[in-house]
Amino acid sequence: MASRPPSGIISRLAPWLALLRPGDWSLIVGAAIAVGASLPLIWQGGLADRAVIRQEGAIFAQLDLHARRRVEVAGPLGTTVIAVEPGRARVVSDPGPRQYCVRQGWLSRPGEIAICAPNRVSLQITGRTKAYDSLSY
Amino acid sequence: MTASVIELTVTAADRRIARLAAAAVGLSLVDAAIPTPLPGVKPGLANIVTLLVLERYGWATAAWVTGLRVIAGSLLLGHFLAPGFFLSLTGAVASLTVLAFARHLPRRWFGPVSWSLIAAFAHIGGQLCLARVWLIPHDGVFLLAPLFAAAAVVFGTLNGLIVARMLADQPPPENAHA
Repeated sequence: MASRPPSGIISRLAPWLALLRPGDWSLIVGAAIAVGASLPLIWQGGLADRAVIRQEGAIFAQLDLHARRRVEVAGPLGTTVIAVEPGRARVVSDPGPRQYCVRQGWLSRPGEIAICAPNRVSLQITGRTKAYDSLSY
Repeated sequence: MTASVIELTVTAADRRIARLAAAAVGLSLVDAAIPTPLPGVKPGLANIVTLLVLERYGWATAAWVTGLRVIAGSLLLGHFLAPGFFLSLTGAVASLTVLAFARHLPRRWFGPVSWSLIAAFAHIGGQLCLARVWLIPHDGVFLLAPLFAAAAVVFGTLNGLIVARMLADQPPPENAHA
C-alpha cells in the first residue's frame, strides 16, 4: 500500500493515479469523449427513412420522411389524418373512440408503429432495412 | 508385448503457460459469476492475465495463455462451440492482434492502461462485427455499441490499473525476457 497512512480519498487514490502515464490519460479522456458523443447519435435507432400507412392491412401510402405532408386516409369510421415531417410522423386525428394512436404522438424511430384499430389504419416508421420485431435463438 | 513409451517433454515454458492459463481460466469463471445488466458487458478480468503475460513473457506466450483460457473456460462454462465461445474467441483474437502493435507504443507515454483500453475496444469491436455478420444480421446490434464502449472504457481502465499495479509491485523474475 501507500507509504503514508491513507487519510482520505485523494491519498488513497494517489498511488493508483501515479501509474497512469500521459498517453494513458489522453486515451481515457479520448475514449470517454467518443463514448459520450456516440450515445445520442447511435441510440437514435438507425435512420428513420419512410412512413408506411396501411388501411385494412393493405399499403395505402409510403412517404419519404423528408418533406412536410398531410395525408387523409378514409376508413370505416371516418377520416384519419396523418402528418409527416422531416424525420418523424404522427396521427393528427382519428375518429376512433379511445384515441390511442393520436396520443402516441410523434414516431421517429424505425419499427415504431401507431395503430388506429377502429378505423383500421396504421402508421409505421421504417428504416433502410426491415427491422425485426423479435429474434430468438 | 512391449510397452511403448511415449515421452512428452514438458519444458519450463509449458508449465508456465499452463499455470498462467489456469489463473486466467479461474478469473474468467469469476467473470461469468458476476451478474451484469446486459449480456456481453463483463469486467474481463482474465485480460489482466493476458496483459501481465504480454509484458513479462512476450506476445507468443500471451497468445497461448489466452487461447487456452478461451477453450478451457468455455468447456467449464459449458458453451464450447456455442455462440458465446465464438464471441469470446473473436474478442480474444481481435485484442491480441491490436496488442501486438500496442505493446510497441512508446513506454514513456503509454503504459498498461493504454494497452488495456486498446484491447478492450478491439474486443468489443470484434465481437460486435461477428454478432452483426453471424448472430444478428441487422444493423440494430450497433445500437448497443455505446453501452459496450462505455463498459470498455470503465473496465479497460480498471483492469489496466490493476496490471500496472501488479507490474510495479513485483519486479520481473530472472527468467523473464526483457
